Amino acid sequence: MEETLKIVVLVKHVPDAQFDRHITGPGNTTDRDESILSELDEYALEAALQLAEERGGPKAGNEVIALSMGPSGAVNAVKKSLQIGAYSGVHLSDDALAGSDAAATSLALAAAIRHISADGRPVDLVLTGMASTDGETSLIPAQLAERLSFPQVTFASSLEVTGGQVSARRDAGAFSETVEAQLPAVVSVTDQINEPRYPNFKGILAAKKKKIASLSLADIGVDASQVGLAGSWTVVESAEARPPRTAGTIITDDGDAGIKLVDFLAAQKLL
Amino acid sequence: MANALVFIDNPGAALKKSSLELLTIARSLGETAVAFTGELNDDVAATLGAYGATTVYQPSVDDLDNYLVGPKAAYLAAAVAASGATAVLVDNSPEGKEIAGRLGIKLNAGVITDVVGVEADGTAHKSVLAGSYNTTAKATTPVTVLSVKANNVEPAPSGDATAPATAKVEVPADGLANSARIASRTEKPASGRPDLSEARIVVAGGRGVDGDFGPLEELADALGAAVGASRAATDAGWIGHDAQVGQTGVTVSPQLYISAGISGAIQQKAGMQTSKVIVAINKDAESPVFEIADYGIIGDLFKVLPQATAEIKKRKG
Repeated sequence: MEETLKIVVLVKHVPDAQFDRHITGPGNTTDRDESILSELDEYALEAALQLAEERGGPKAGNEVIALSMGPSGAVNAVKKSLQIGAYSGVHLSDDALAGSDAAATSLALAAAIRHISADGRPVDLVLTGMASTDGETSLIPAQLAERLSFPQVTFASSLEVTGGQVSARRDAGAFSETVEAQLPAVVSVTDQINEPRYPNFKGILAAKKKKIASLSLADIGVDASQVGLAGSWTVVESAEARPPRTAGTIITDDGDAGIKLVDFLAAQKLL
Repeated sequence: MANALVFIDNPGAALKKSSLELLTIARSLGETAVAFTGELNDDVAATLGAYGATTVYQPSVDDLDNYLVGPKAAYLAAAVAASGATAVLVDNSPEGKEIAGRLGIKLNAGVITDVVGVEADGTAHKSVLAGSYNTTAKATTPVTVLSVKANNVEPAPSGDATAPATAKVEVPADGLANSARIASRTEKPASGRPDLSEARIVVAGGRGVDGDFGPLEELADALGAAVGASRAATDAGWIGHDAQVGQTGVTVSPQLYISAGISGAIQQKAGMQTSKVIVAINKDAESPVFEIADYGIIGDLFKVLPQATAEIKKRKG
Protein backbone atom coordinates (compact mmCIF):
# COMPACT_ATOMS: atom_id res chain seq x y z
CA MET A 1 0.00 0.00 0.00
CA GLU A 2 1.24 3.44 -0.93
CA GLU A 3 1.57 6.15 1.69
CA THR A 4 -1.56 8.27 2.01
CA LEU A 5 -1.62 11.81 0.67
CA LYS A 6 -2.97 15.16 1.72
CA ILE A 7 -3.66 17.04 -1.50
CA VAL A 8 -4.87 20.61 -1.92
CA VAL A 9 -6.39 21.42 -5.32
CA LEU A 10 -6.63 25.11 -6.23
CA VAL A 11 -9.98 25.83 -7.86
CA LYS A 12 -10.95 29.19 -9.29
CA HIS A 13 -14.31 30.74 -9.96
CA VAL A 14 -13.93 32.46 -13.33
CA PRO A 15 -16.17 34.29 -15.78
CA ASP A 16 -17.68 31.85 -18.28
CA ALA A 17 -15.80 32.24 -21.58
CA GLN A 18 -19.03 31.38 -23.41
CA PHE A 19 -20.24 34.91 -22.70
CA ASP A 20 -18.70 38.33 -23.20
CA ARG A 21 -16.38 39.12 -20.31
CA HIS A 22 -15.90 42.58 -18.83
CA ILE A 23 -13.36 44.57 -16.86
CA THR A 24 -14.89 46.99 -14.35
CA GLY A 25 -14.31 49.13 -11.28
CA PRO A 26 -11.49 51.30 -9.98
CA GLY A 27 -8.94 48.44 -9.96
CA ASN A 28 -9.84 47.36 -13.50
CA THR A 29 -10.73 43.89 -12.30
CA THR A 30 -12.72 41.23 -14.08
CA ASP A 31 -16.49 41.19 -13.58
CA ARG A 32 -17.33 37.86 -11.90
CA ASP A 33 -21.02 37.54 -12.70
CA GLU A 34 -21.79 34.45 -14.82
CA SER A 35 -18.83 32.63 -13.29
CA ILE A 36 -18.07 28.90 -13.25
CA LEU A 37 -15.36 26.53 -12.02
CA SER A 38 -12.36 27.17 -14.30
CA GLU A 39 -12.41 24.32 -16.81
CA LEU A 40 -8.68 23.71 -16.52
CA ASP A 41 -8.96 23.12 -12.75
CA GLU A 42 -11.11 20.03 -13.37
CA TYR A 43 -8.01 18.20 -14.68
CA ALA A 44 -6.14 18.97 -11.46
CA LEU A 45 -9.09 17.78 -9.36
CA GLU A 46 -9.35 14.55 -11.38
CA ALA A 47 -5.60 13.95 -10.97
CA ALA A 48 -5.94 14.45 -7.19
CA LEU A 49 -8.91 12.09 -6.96
CA GLN A 50 -7.05 9.40 -8.92
CA LEU A 51 -3.97 9.67 -6.69
CA ALA A 52 -6.16 9.43 -3.57
CA GLU A 53 -8.24 6.54 -4.93
CA GLU A 54 -5.11 4.54 -5.81
CA ARG A 55 -4.30 4.79 -2.09
CA GLY A 56 -7.69 3.71 -0.79
CA GLY A 57 -9.54 7.02 -0.88
CA PRO A 58 -10.84 8.88 2.18
CA LYS A 59 -11.28 5.72 4.28
CA ALA A 60 -7.54 5.08 4.14
CA GLY A 61 -6.87 8.61 5.36
CA ASN A 62 -6.22 10.43 2.09
CA GLU A 63 -7.40 14.00 1.79
CA VAL A 64 -8.44 15.94 -1.31
CA ILE A 65 -9.19 19.52 -0.32
CA ALA A 66 -10.56 22.02 -2.86
CA LEU A 67 -9.27 25.51 -2.02
CA SER A 68 -10.68 28.64 -3.61
CA MET A 69 -9.87 32.25 -2.93
CA GLY A 70 -12.41 34.86 -3.94
CA PRO A 71 -15.57 36.75 -3.04
CA SER A 72 -18.75 35.03 -1.78
CA GLY A 73 -19.58 33.61 -5.22
CA ALA A 74 -16.26 31.74 -5.34
CA VAL A 75 -17.69 29.22 -2.88
CA ASN A 76 -19.54 27.83 -5.90
CA ALA A 77 -16.22 26.60 -7.34
CA VAL A 78 -15.66 24.72 -4.06
CA LYS A 79 -19.22 23.32 -4.10
CA LYS A 80 -18.83 22.12 -7.69
CA SER A 81 -15.51 20.49 -6.75
CA LEU A 82 -17.21 18.67 -3.86
CA GLN A 83 -19.92 17.45 -6.25
CA ILE A 84 -17.26 16.15 -8.60
CA GLY A 85 -15.59 14.32 -5.72
CA ALA A 86 -13.28 16.50 -3.58
CA TYR A 87 -13.50 15.30 0.03
CA SER A 88 -13.68 18.72 1.68
CA GLY A 89 -13.41 22.38 0.78
CA VAL A 90 -11.86 25.61 1.95
CA HIS A 91 -13.06 29.04 0.91
CA LEU A 92 -10.68 31.91 1.58
CA SER A 93 -12.65 35.11 1.41
CA ASP A 94 -12.08 38.62 2.64
CA ASP A 95 -13.06 42.02 1.25
CA ALA A 96 -9.41 43.06 1.44
CA LEU A 97 -8.45 40.41 -1.12
CA ALA A 98 -10.28 42.15 -3.98
CA GLY A 99 -7.96 43.21 -6.78
CA SER A 100 -5.00 41.05 -5.71
CA ASP A 101 -2.42 40.49 -8.46
CA ALA A 102 -0.53 37.21 -8.79
CA ALA A 103 2.03 38.18 -6.13
CA ALA A 104 -0.66 39.06 -3.56
CA THR A 105 -2.76 36.04 -4.53
CA SER A 106 0.20 33.69 -4.11
CA LEU A 107 0.95 35.26 -0.71
CA ALA A 108 -2.61 34.62 0.51
CA LEU A 109 -2.75 31.11 -0.97
CA ALA A 110 0.61 30.20 0.57
CA ALA A 111 -0.67 31.37 3.97
CA ALA A 112 -3.89 29.35 3.49
CA ILE A 113 -1.86 26.23 2.63
CA ARG A 114 0.30 26.73 5.73
CA HIS A 115 -2.93 27.04 7.73
CA ILE A 116 -4.27 23.80 6.19
CA SER A 117 -0.93 22.15 7.09
CA ALA A 118 -1.12 23.41 10.68
CA ASP A 119 -3.59 20.75 11.86
CA GLY A 120 -0.66 18.40 12.45
CA ARG A 121 -0.69 16.90 9.00
CA PRO A 122 1.29 18.85 6.38
CA VAL A 123 0.09 19.17 2.81
CA ASP A 124 1.98 16.79 0.49
CA LEU A 125 0.88 18.11 -2.85
CA VAL A 126 -0.69 21.27 -4.23
CA LEU A 127 -2.32 20.63 -7.60
CA THR A 128 -3.40 23.35 -10.02
CA GLY A 129 -4.57 23.69 -13.59
CA MET A 130 -2.08 24.90 -16.21
CA ALA A 131 -3.59 28.41 -16.11
CA SER A 132 -6.80 30.06 -15.04
CA THR A 133 -9.18 30.74 -17.90
CA ASP A 134 -9.46 34.43 -16.98
CA GLY A 135 -6.12 35.99 -16.02
CA GLU A 136 -4.12 33.33 -17.87
CA THR A 137 -0.85 34.57 -16.44
CA SER A 138 0.23 31.02 -15.34
CA LEU A 139 2.19 32.74 -12.56
CA ILE A 140 0.44 31.27 -9.53
CA PRO A 141 2.03 27.78 -9.46
CA ALA A 142 5.55 29.25 -9.77
CA GLN A 143 4.96 32.07 -7.28
CA LEU A 144 3.25 29.79 -4.80
CA ALA A 145 6.13 27.30 -5.03
CA GLU A 146 8.64 30.11 -4.46
CA ARG A 147 6.70 31.38 -1.42
CA LEU A 148 6.39 27.91 0.11
CA SER A 149 9.97 26.89 -0.84
CA PHE A 150 8.46 23.85 -2.60
CA PRO A 151 9.73 22.51 -5.90
CA GLN A 152 7.35 23.17 -8.78
CA VAL A 153 6.50 20.74 -11.54
CA THR A 154 4.47 22.46 -14.21
CA PHE A 155 2.54 21.36 -17.30
CA ALA A 156 2.48 17.73 -16.23
CA SER A 157 0.81 15.48 -18.79
CA SER A 158 1.18 12.46 -16.52
CA LEU A 159 1.83 12.18 -12.83
CA GLU A 160 2.98 9.51 -10.40
CA VAL A 161 3.74 9.73 -6.70
CA THR A 162 5.87 7.04 -5.06
CA GLY A 163 8.13 7.01 -2.04
CA GLY A 164 7.71 10.68 -1.25
CA GLN A 165 8.64 11.68 -4.76
CA VAL A 166 6.56 13.03 -7.63
CA SER A 167 7.46 12.09 -11.18
CA ALA A 168 5.83 13.74 -14.18
CA ARG A 169 6.01 13.85 -17.94
CA ARG A 170 6.05 17.16 -19.76
CA ASP A 171 5.65 17.61 -23.48
CA ALA A 172 5.79 21.38 -23.77
CA GLY A 173 8.22 22.99 -26.20
CA ALA A 174 10.93 21.27 -28.19
CA PHE A 175 11.53 18.49 -25.63
CA SER A 176 9.72 15.62 -23.97
CA GLU A 177 10.89 15.46 -20.37
CA THR A 178 10.49 13.37 -17.27
CA VAL A 179 10.94 15.44 -14.14
CA GLU A 180 11.21 14.44 -10.50
CA ALA A 181 10.81 16.32 -7.26
CA GLN A 182 10.55 15.56 -3.58
CA LEU A 183 7.25 16.13 -1.79
CA PRO A 184 5.86 18.53 -0.76
CA ALA A 185 5.54 20.02 -4.24
CA VAL A 186 3.37 22.27 -6.36
CA VAL A 187 2.26 20.56 -9.58
CA SER A 188 0.28 22.07 -12.46
CA VAL A 189 -1.33 19.72 -14.96
CA THR A 190 -2.36 20.14 -18.59
CA ASP A 191 -5.63 19.16 -20.22
CA GLN A 192 -3.87 16.08 -21.63
CA ILE A 193 -3.46 14.35 -18.28
CA ASN A 194 -6.89 12.78 -17.90
CA GLU A 195 -10.62 12.89 -18.66
CA PRO A 196 -12.28 14.73 -15.77
CA ARG A 197 -15.37 13.01 -14.35
CA TYR A 198 -18.74 14.72 -14.19
CA PRO A 199 -20.73 15.11 -10.98
CA ASN A 200 -23.44 12.45 -10.81
CA PHE A 201 -26.63 12.45 -8.73
CA LYS A 202 -24.95 10.56 -5.91
CA GLY A 203 -22.04 13.00 -5.92
CA ILE A 204 -24.37 15.99 -5.80
CA LEU A 205 -26.23 14.53 -2.80
CA ALA A 206 -22.99 13.55 -1.05
CA ALA A 207 -21.57 17.06 -1.55
CA LYS A 208 -24.25 18.51 0.71
CA LYS A 209 -22.78 16.63 3.67
CA LYS A 210 -19.18 17.62 2.99
CA LYS A 211 -17.52 20.38 4.98
CA ILE A 212 -16.49 23.76 3.61
CA ALA A 213 -14.24 25.71 5.97
CA SER A 214 -14.43 29.49 5.61
CA LEU A 215 -11.18 31.32 6.20
CA SER A 216 -10.61 35.06 6.56
CA LEU A 217 -7.30 36.91 6.41
CA ALA A 218 -7.18 36.93 10.22
CA ASP A 219 -7.46 33.11 10.25
CA ILE A 220 -4.38 32.76 8.03
CA GLY A 221 -2.37 35.51 9.68
CA VAL A 222 -2.22 37.87 6.72
CA ASP A 223 -2.58 41.61 7.09
CA ALA A 224 -4.98 43.45 4.77
CA SER A 225 -2.11 45.67 3.57
CA GLN A 226 -0.31 42.61 2.12
CA VAL A 227 -3.09 41.72 -0.33
CA GLY A 228 -5.69 43.31 -2.58
CA LEU A 229 -4.85 46.45 -4.50
CA ALA A 230 -2.79 47.66 -1.50
CA GLY A 231 -0.54 44.59 -1.47
CA SER A 232 -0.23 44.13 -5.23
CA TRP A 233 3.03 44.91 -6.95
CA THR A 234 1.37 45.70 -10.25
CA VAL A 235 -1.48 48.03 -11.08
CA VAL A 236 -3.73 47.96 -14.13
CA GLU A 237 -3.88 51.62 -15.08
CA SER A 238 -6.38 51.40 -17.90
CA ALA A 239 -8.51 48.86 -19.70
CA GLU A 240 -10.26 49.44 -22.97
CA ALA A 241 -12.58 47.04 -24.72
CA ARG A 242 -11.03 46.20 -28.05
CA PRO A 243 -13.33 47.14 -30.90
CA PRO A 244 -14.92 43.91 -32.11
CA ARG A 245 -13.45 42.56 -35.31
CA THR A 246 -15.74 43.05 -38.22
CA ALA A 247 -16.17 40.77 -41.19
CA GLY A 248 -14.20 41.75 -44.27
CA THR A 249 -14.64 40.47 -47.80
CA ILE A 250 -16.38 37.11 -48.10
CA ILE A 251 -16.31 35.29 -51.43
CA THR A 252 -17.68 31.96 -52.61
CA ASP A 253 -15.24 29.73 -54.46
CA ASP A 254 -16.01 29.67 -58.19
CA GLY A 255 -12.89 27.69 -59.00
CA ASP A 256 -10.35 30.49 -58.57
CA ALA A 257 -10.60 31.33 -54.86
CA GLY A 258 -7.03 30.08 -54.26
CA ILE A 259 -5.71 32.62 -56.77
CA LYS A 260 -7.87 35.39 -55.31
CA LEU A 261 -6.50 34.51 -51.89
CA VAL A 262 -2.94 34.97 -53.15
CA ASP A 263 -3.98 38.32 -54.68
CA PHE A 264 -5.33 39.35 -51.27
CA LEU A 265 -2.12 38.27 -49.49
CA ALA A 266 0.00 40.12 -52.05
CA ALA A 267 -2.11 43.29 -51.62
CA GLN A 268 -1.60 43.01 -47.82
CA LYS A 269 2.17 42.56 -48.39
CA LEU A 270 2.03 39.19 -46.65
CA LEU A 271 3.75 37.07 -49.31
CA MET B 1 24.65 50.34 -13.80
CA ALA B 2 22.33 48.91 -16.38
CA ASN B 3 18.72 49.99 -16.67
CA ALA B 4 17.44 46.82 -18.32
CA LEU B 5 18.48 43.19 -18.08
CA VAL B 6 17.50 40.73 -20.82
CA PHE B 7 17.45 37.00 -20.03
CA ILE B 8 18.70 34.88 -22.93
CA ASP B 9 18.53 31.17 -22.28
CA ASN B 10 20.71 28.77 -24.29
CA PRO B 11 20.49 30.31 -27.77
CA GLY B 12 23.07 27.96 -29.28
CA ALA B 13 24.80 29.23 -32.42
CA ALA B 14 22.48 32.16 -33.18
CA LEU B 15 20.06 34.40 -31.30
CA LYS B 16 16.36 33.84 -31.91
CA LYS B 17 14.34 36.69 -33.38
CA SER B 18 12.41 36.97 -30.11
CA SER B 19 15.70 37.62 -28.24
CA LEU B 20 16.61 40.37 -30.73
CA GLU B 21 13.17 41.87 -30.08
CA LEU B 22 13.80 41.87 -26.31
CA LEU B 23 17.19 43.56 -26.83
CA THR B 24 15.54 46.19 -29.03
CA ILE B 25 12.91 46.95 -26.37
CA ALA B 26 15.54 46.95 -23.60
CA ARG B 27 17.56 49.64 -25.42
CA SER B 28 14.52 51.92 -25.37
CA LEU B 29 14.59 51.63 -21.55
CA GLY B 30 18.27 52.57 -21.20
CA GLU B 31 21.60 50.85 -20.82
CA THR B 32 21.21 47.14 -21.42
CA ALA B 33 22.87 44.08 -19.89
CA VAL B 34 22.24 40.43 -20.71
CA ALA B 35 21.92 37.48 -18.34
CA PHE B 36 23.04 34.61 -20.50
CA THR B 37 23.05 30.83 -20.08
CA GLY B 38 24.77 28.21 -22.18
CA GLU B 39 27.85 28.49 -24.36
CA LEU B 40 28.55 32.06 -25.52
CA ASN B 41 29.38 31.66 -29.19
CA ASP B 42 31.57 34.43 -30.75
CA ASP B 43 28.89 35.34 -33.30
CA VAL B 44 26.28 35.54 -30.57
CA ALA B 45 28.53 37.77 -28.45
CA ALA B 46 29.05 40.06 -31.47
CA THR B 47 25.31 40.24 -32.10
CA LEU B 48 24.65 41.07 -28.44
CA GLY B 49 27.11 43.95 -28.82
CA ALA B 50 25.50 45.09 -32.04
CA TYR B 51 22.15 45.21 -30.25
CA GLY B 52 23.54 47.41 -27.50
CA ALA B 53 24.39 45.01 -24.69
CA THR B 54 27.20 46.49 -22.61
CA THR B 55 27.68 43.55 -20.23
CA VAL B 56 26.94 39.87 -20.65
CA TYR B 57 26.56 37.95 -17.38
CA GLN B 58 27.09 34.20 -17.22
CA PRO B 59 26.30 31.80 -14.36
CA SER B 60 29.03 30.33 -12.16
CA VAL B 61 27.59 26.84 -12.63
CA ASP B 62 26.67 25.15 -15.87
CA ASP B 63 24.02 22.63 -14.83
CA LEU B 64 21.04 25.00 -14.64
CA ASP B 65 19.39 23.06 -17.45
CA ASN B 66 19.14 19.94 -15.31
CA TYR B 67 16.41 21.56 -13.23
CA LEU B 68 13.04 23.19 -13.81
CA VAL B 69 13.21 27.02 -13.63
CA GLY B 70 14.12 27.40 -9.92
CA PRO B 71 17.90 27.75 -10.36
CA LYS B 72 17.47 29.96 -13.44
CA ALA B 73 15.31 32.31 -11.38
CA ALA B 74 17.96 32.30 -8.63
CA TYR B 75 20.68 33.07 -11.19
CA LEU B 76 18.63 35.85 -12.73
CA ALA B 77 17.99 37.40 -9.30
CA ALA B 78 21.77 37.43 -8.70
CA ALA B 79 22.30 39.01 -12.14
CA VAL B 80 19.74 41.72 -11.35
CA ALA B 81 21.69 42.51 -8.18
CA ALA B 82 25.00 42.56 -10.09
CA SER B 83 23.70 44.79 -12.89
CA GLY B 84 21.49 47.09 -10.83
CA ALA B 85 18.83 46.83 -13.55
CA THR B 86 15.34 48.07 -12.76
CA ALA B 87 13.60 46.29 -15.64
CA VAL B 88 14.01 42.61 -16.47
CA LEU B 89 12.82 41.26 -19.82
CA VAL B 90 12.20 37.56 -20.50
CA ASP B 91 10.45 35.81 -23.35
CA ASN B 92 6.81 34.86 -22.96
CA SER B 93 7.26 31.08 -23.21
CA PRO B 94 5.75 29.01 -20.39
CA GLU B 95 9.25 28.66 -18.92
CA GLY B 96 9.95 32.37 -19.37
CA LYS B 97 6.78 33.25 -17.48
CA GLU B 98 7.59 30.85 -14.64
CA ILE B 99 11.09 32.25 -14.27
CA ALA B 100 9.54 35.73 -14.23
CA GLY B 101 7.07 34.60 -11.56
CA ARG B 102 9.69 33.17 -9.22
CA LEU B 103 12.03 36.09 -9.85
CA GLY B 104 9.24 38.51 -8.90
CA ILE B 105 8.85 36.87 -5.49
CA LYS B 106 12.63 36.78 -4.92
CA LEU B 107 12.98 40.49 -5.72
CA ASN B 108 9.64 41.74 -4.34
CA ALA B 109 9.04 42.92 -7.89
CA GLY B 110 5.83 43.25 -9.88
CA VAL B 111 5.55 40.84 -12.81
CA ILE B 112 3.61 41.59 -15.97
CA THR B 113 3.16 38.76 -18.49
CA ASP B 114 1.94 38.62 -22.10
CA VAL B 115 3.31 42.10 -22.77
CA VAL B 116 2.97 43.40 -26.34
CA GLY B 117 4.58 46.82 -25.87
CA VAL B 118 6.69 48.70 -23.33
CA GLU B 119 6.97 52.47 -22.90
CA ALA B 120 10.19 54.19 -21.81
CA ASP B 121 8.85 54.57 -18.24
CA GLY B 122 8.15 50.84 -17.98
CA THR B 123 4.40 51.01 -18.59
CA ALA B 124 3.41 47.77 -20.30
CA HIS B 125 0.66 47.17 -22.82
CA LYS B 126 -1.11 43.86 -22.98
CA SER B 127 -4.21 42.24 -24.32
CA VAL B 128 -6.40 40.27 -21.91
CA LEU B 129 -9.54 38.12 -21.81
CA ALA B 130 -8.62 36.44 -25.07
CA GLY B 131 -7.98 39.69 -26.89
CA SER B 132 -11.24 41.40 -25.88
CA TYR B 133 -9.50 44.13 -23.81
CA ASN B 134 -6.32 46.16 -24.21
CA THR B 135 -4.83 47.15 -20.88
CA THR B 136 -1.88 49.13 -19.61
CA ALA B 137 -0.22 47.95 -16.44
CA LYS B 138 2.69 49.11 -14.35
CA ALA B 139 4.70 47.68 -11.51
CA THR B 140 4.62 49.74 -8.30
CA THR B 141 7.92 48.21 -7.15
CA PRO B 142 11.54 49.40 -7.71
CA VAL B 143 12.15 46.53 -10.16
CA THR B 144 9.74 45.47 -12.91
CA VAL B 145 9.74 42.00 -14.51
CA LEU B 146 8.18 41.75 -17.94
CA SER B 147 7.56 38.71 -20.15
CA VAL B 148 7.17 39.94 -23.69
CA LYS B 149 5.33 38.27 -26.56
CA ALA B 150 7.13 37.78 -29.85
CA ASN B 151 6.39 39.69 -33.08
CA ASN B 152 5.53 43.04 -31.56
CA VAL B 153 8.62 45.07 -32.42
CA GLU B 154 10.95 45.04 -35.41
CA PRO B 155 14.43 44.01 -34.19
CA ALA B 156 17.02 46.72 -34.93
CA PRO B 157 20.74 46.88 -34.08
CA SER B 158 21.88 49.91 -32.11
CA GLY B 159 24.12 51.42 -34.78
CA ASP B 160 27.18 51.79 -32.57
CA ALA B 161 28.30 48.26 -31.80
CA THR B 162 30.81 47.61 -29.07
CA ALA B 163 32.10 44.32 -27.71
CA PRO B 164 30.24 43.68 -24.45
CA ALA B 165 32.15 42.98 -21.25
CA THR B 166 31.55 39.58 -19.70
CA ALA B 167 31.14 38.81 -16.00
CA LYS B 168 30.39 35.73 -13.93
CA VAL B 169 27.49 35.70 -11.52
CA GLU B 170 27.51 33.37 -8.51
CA VAL B 171 24.40 31.18 -8.48
CA PRO B 172 23.20 30.87 -4.88
CA ALA B 173 23.34 27.30 -3.58
CA ASP B 174 19.73 27.39 -2.45
CA GLY B 175 18.74 27.92 -6.07
CA LEU B 176 19.32 24.25 -6.79
CA ALA B 177 17.64 22.99 -3.62
CA ASN B 178 13.86 22.72 -3.71
CA SER B 179 13.82 22.44 -7.48
CA ALA B 180 12.45 19.68 -9.66
CA ARG B 181 15.18 17.79 -11.47
CA ILE B 182 14.95 16.76 -15.10
CA ALA B 183 15.44 12.99 -15.06
CA SER B 184 15.37 12.51 -18.82
CA ARG B 185 14.90 14.64 -21.88
CA THR B 186 14.39 13.80 -25.53
CA GLU B 187 14.36 16.35 -28.30
CA LYS B 188 11.29 16.11 -30.49
CA PRO B 189 11.87 15.71 -34.21
CA ALA B 190 12.13 19.18 -35.77
CA SER B 191 9.60 19.98 -38.47
CA GLY B 192 11.84 22.59 -40.10
CA ARG B 193 8.95 25.04 -39.78
CA PRO B 194 9.02 28.12 -37.56
CA ASP B 195 8.05 27.79 -33.93
CA LEU B 196 4.27 28.18 -33.61
CA SER B 197 4.38 30.76 -30.81
CA GLU B 198 6.76 33.00 -32.75
CA ALA B 199 5.65 32.42 -36.34
CA ARG B 200 4.77 35.44 -38.46
CA ILE B 201 2.22 33.34 -40.33
CA VAL B 202 0.12 30.46 -38.99
CA VAL B 203 -1.92 28.05 -41.11
CA ALA B 204 -4.39 26.30 -38.78
CA GLY B 205 -6.78 23.43 -39.43
CA GLY B 206 -9.82 22.09 -37.62
CA ARG B 207 -12.53 19.48 -37.94
CA GLY B 208 -12.99 20.26 -41.65
CA VAL B 209 -9.49 18.95 -42.38
CA ASP B 210 -10.88 15.47 -41.73
CA GLY B 211 -7.57 13.88 -40.83
CA ASP B 212 -5.46 15.25 -43.71
CA PHE B 213 -3.14 18.14 -42.81
CA GLY B 214 -1.16 17.64 -46.08
CA PRO B 215 -2.60 20.63 -47.98
CA LEU B 216 -2.08 22.88 -44.92
CA GLU B 217 1.52 21.77 -44.52
CA GLU B 218 2.25 22.45 -48.20
CA LEU B 219 0.74 25.93 -48.00
CA ALA B 220 2.63 26.58 -44.75
CA ASP B 221 5.92 25.62 -46.39
CA ALA B 222 5.24 27.87 -49.38
CA LEU B 223 4.56 30.78 -46.98
CA GLY B 224 7.28 29.96 -44.43
CA ALA B 225 4.51 29.49 -41.88
CA ALA B 226 3.88 27.32 -38.83
CA VAL B 227 1.03 24.79 -38.77
CA GLY B 228 -1.56 25.05 -36.01
CA ALA B 229 -4.74 23.18 -35.15
CA SER B 230 -7.97 23.49 -33.22
CA ARG B 231 -8.55 21.31 -30.19
CA ALA B 232 -10.97 19.16 -32.21
CA ALA B 233 -8.16 18.28 -34.62
CA THR B 234 -5.60 17.50 -31.91
CA ASP B 235 -8.14 15.51 -29.84
CA ALA B 236 -8.90 13.47 -32.98
CA GLY B 237 -5.18 12.61 -33.12
CA TRP B 238 -4.72 14.08 -36.61
CA ILE B 239 -1.81 16.23 -35.44
CA GLY B 240 0.27 16.49 -32.24
CA HIS B 241 -1.05 18.41 -29.24
CA ASP B 242 1.90 20.80 -29.64
CA ALA B 243 0.07 22.28 -32.62
CA GLN B 244 -2.99 23.29 -30.61
CA VAL B 245 -3.71 26.98 -30.76
CA GLY B 246 -5.82 28.78 -28.19
CA GLN B 247 -6.62 28.90 -24.54
CA THR B 248 -5.35 25.44 -23.63
CA GLY B 249 -2.63 25.36 -26.25
CA VAL B 250 -0.19 27.81 -27.76
CA THR B 251 -1.11 31.48 -27.74
CA VAL B 252 -0.37 33.10 -31.08
CA SER B 253 -0.67 36.61 -32.46
CA PRO B 254 0.84 36.40 -35.93
CA GLN B 255 0.74 38.89 -38.78
CA LEU B 256 -1.43 36.44 -40.73
CA TYR B 257 -3.65 33.62 -39.47
CA ILE B 258 -5.15 31.31 -42.08
CA SER B 259 -7.98 29.25 -40.61
CA ALA B 260 -9.01 26.23 -42.71
CA GLY B 261 -11.95 24.03 -41.79
CA ILE B 262 -12.35 25.67 -38.38
CA SER B 263 -15.90 26.72 -37.53
CA GLY B 264 -14.85 29.43 -35.10
CA ALA B 265 -16.81 28.58 -31.98
CA ILE B 266 -16.25 31.25 -29.35
CA GLN B 267 -13.13 29.72 -27.74
CA GLN B 268 -11.51 29.15 -31.14
CA LYS B 269 -12.29 32.70 -32.18
CA ALA B 270 -10.67 33.88 -28.95
CA GLY B 271 -7.46 32.09 -29.91
CA MET B 272 -7.10 34.02 -33.17
CA GLN B 273 -8.52 37.45 -32.22
CA THR B 274 -5.16 39.17 -31.83
CA SER B 275 -3.84 38.11 -35.24
CA LYS B 276 -3.30 41.13 -37.48
CA VAL B 277 -5.00 39.62 -40.54
CA ILE B 278 -7.37 36.65 -40.48
CA VAL B 279 -8.22 34.55 -43.53
CA ALA B 280 -10.91 31.87 -43.17
CA ILE B 281 -11.77 29.02 -45.50
CA ASN B 282 -14.82 26.92 -44.68
CA LYS B 283 -17.50 25.06 -46.62
CA ASP B 284 -20.20 26.25 -44.25
CA ALA B 285 -21.22 29.85 -45.01
CA GLU B 286 -22.78 30.07 -41.52
CA SER B 287 -19.50 29.42 -39.68
CA PRO B 288 -18.93 32.04 -36.95
CA VAL B 289 -15.31 32.42 -38.12
CA PHE B 290 -16.56 34.51 -41.06
CA GLU B 291 -17.73 37.18 -38.57
CA ILE B 292 -14.10 38.03 -37.74
CA ALA B 293 -12.28 37.16 -40.97
CA ASP B 294 -10.70 39.94 -43.00
CA TYR B 295 -10.94 37.66 -46.02
CA GLY B 296 -13.35 34.72 -46.06
CA ILE B 297 -13.71 32.02 -48.66
CA ILE B 298 -16.79 29.81 -48.67
CA GLY B 299 -15.36 26.74 -50.33
CA ASP B 300 -13.58 23.40 -50.08
CA LEU B 301 -10.17 23.73 -48.44
CA PHE B 302 -8.94 20.70 -50.41
CA LYS B 303 -9.45 22.74 -53.62
CA VAL B 304 -8.62 26.26 -52.38
CA LEU B 305 -5.38 25.52 -50.47
CA PRO B 306 -3.55 23.53 -53.19
CA GLN B 307 -4.51 26.17 -55.75
CA ALA B 308 -3.16 28.93 -53.51
CA THR B 309 0.04 26.94 -52.86
CA ALA B 310 0.63 26.44 -56.60
CA GLU B 311 -0.03 30.14 -57.27
CA ILE B 312 2.43 31.25 -54.56
CA LYS B 313 5.12 28.95 -55.95
CA LYS B 314 4.46 30.28 -59.45
CA ARG B 315 4.76 33.92 -58.35
CA LYS B 316 7.85 33.28 -56.29
CA GLY B 317 9.33 31.55 -59.34
